[in-house]
Amino acid sequence: MSGVEWQLVGFSLRMALTSLLLILPVGLALAWWLARKNWPGKALVETLVSLPLVLPPVVTGLLLLQLFGRRGLVGSWLHSTLDCDVVFTWRAVVIALAAMSLPLFVRAARTAFEEVDVKFEQLARTLGAGEWRVFFTITLPLAKRGVLAGTLLSFARALGEFGATIMVAGNIPGRTTTLPVAIYQAVENGEDAHAWTLAGVSAVIAFAAVFISEKLLRRKT
Amino acid sequence: MKRVFTSLFASAALLFAAQNEIRATTVTVFAAASLTDSLKQIAADYEKTSGDKIVFNFAASGTLARQIEAGAPADIFFSADETKADALEKKGLLVRGTRKSLLGNSLVIVTPTDAAAIHSPAEFTNAVVQHIALGEVKTVPCGTYAKAYLEKLSLWSAIENKVVPCESVRAVLAAVESGNVDVGFVYKTDAAISKKVQVAYEVPAADAPKISYPVALIKDAPQPDAAKKFIGYLDSDAATAVFKQFGFIVLTSPTTE
Repeated sequence: MSGVEWQLVGFSLRMALTSLLLILPVGLALAWWLARKNWPGKALVETLVSLPLVLPPVVTGLLLLQLFGRRGLVGSWLHSTLDCDVVFTWRAVVIALAAMSLPLFVRAARTAFEEVDVKFEQLARTLGAGEWRVFFTITLPLAKRGVLAGTLLSFARALGEFGATIMVAGNIPGRTTTLPVAIYQAVENGEDAHAWTLAGVSAVIAFAAVFISEKLLRRKT
Repeated sequence: MKRVFTSLFASAALLFAAQNEIRATTVTVFAAASLTDSLKQIAADYEKTSGDKIVFNFAASGTLARQIEAGAPADIFFSADETKADALEKKGLLVRGTRKSLLGNSLVIVTPTDAAAIHSPAEFTNAVVQHIALGEVKTVPCGTYAKAYLEKLSLWSAIENKVVPCESVRAVLAAVESGNVDVGFVYKTDAAISKKVQVAYEVPAADAPKISYPVALIKDAPQPDAAKKFIGYLDSDAATAVFKQFGFIVLTSPTTE
């Protein structure tokens, strides 16, 4: 593999990992909220969270572009107050990846939380543990495998994201180009060998992520 | 359940048959994105008089060339760049003697109407210019031309890291319209169809590489005869008038028959 190819792999991994950092707190909170609480309008939130899974990725990209563009709701505010542009920068890559892989994580973590017996949590409460302590010492450790599997799956999904990324982050070599976008561009340019190398790397990473997450999910206690 | 499947299958088969029937009189044109509006208008006129139907695939010329190489069922290639046609010709994918250079164009620098950041390419190095939209330099002719121009001005290496490559000249236009980039390189004809951009600088013909649009019949064209007729129509007086109206430079003199 050439220097450019290593750079691409490194960049894509970094972006996917950064998007995980965004997803984890939000995703865990959402998953717990959906697993443990009932409130009016819950079905609506459930549907909205899963929407990026089935919506064409470019539609998600379009919504993000509207939101984070220089004239968008959030984008214009960021531009004028923090002088920070999102669209066509690495930040846009992270946001696109996070939006696209959040549903996978929430679904996996929610199922994992639902499988945790509420009795253990209640027991902890009777012993005087607060809600945060219950979550971090009882719920999360017991749901660990499902949450980890979800993390790996959404990481793999983030590495493969194309449609939303190209909409908001574009294809700027060395700055916003991720593996799938580079593969597309290589094919467009007629650089098939380059495309196959990158495709091979993607396949290896995806295989590893799915393989490990399957192992985690299958290993029953 | 079985009946549902049978009827589904039957309607799918019908649709398939119908599609084949339509194709019988349809000419497929793979054309550069910058030709979108003018060719649509020309085709609408042509369809009325000839009875043939014209369908288009508009994209970057490089992308189209790749699709043709891969065996896309196209009749005509109308490129914004001679080199893309050269590449196909070298591979024997264009019919000899059918290729002709029809149009010229000029390169312009556009900015969003409400945010004129600059007035000349020398200002690209200013800090206010953060993103410069360009056609992807390998597949999009407009990007190739713009890069060559910037290299000629010895500006390319200084601004290379501000470049946002776009997948077609129309994508450049859209990026400037949205305000997400500060400036972009498009053709004069693209700038003319948008109200949301303004021309900050028109590249003088002497400074820019020669911009030339060749058209040719593709070797494995499904409808070679109808396609030849349409190619002939493209330099008729009627078609030429439309191209001129959109701001293209017409290279060949109109046929007098």
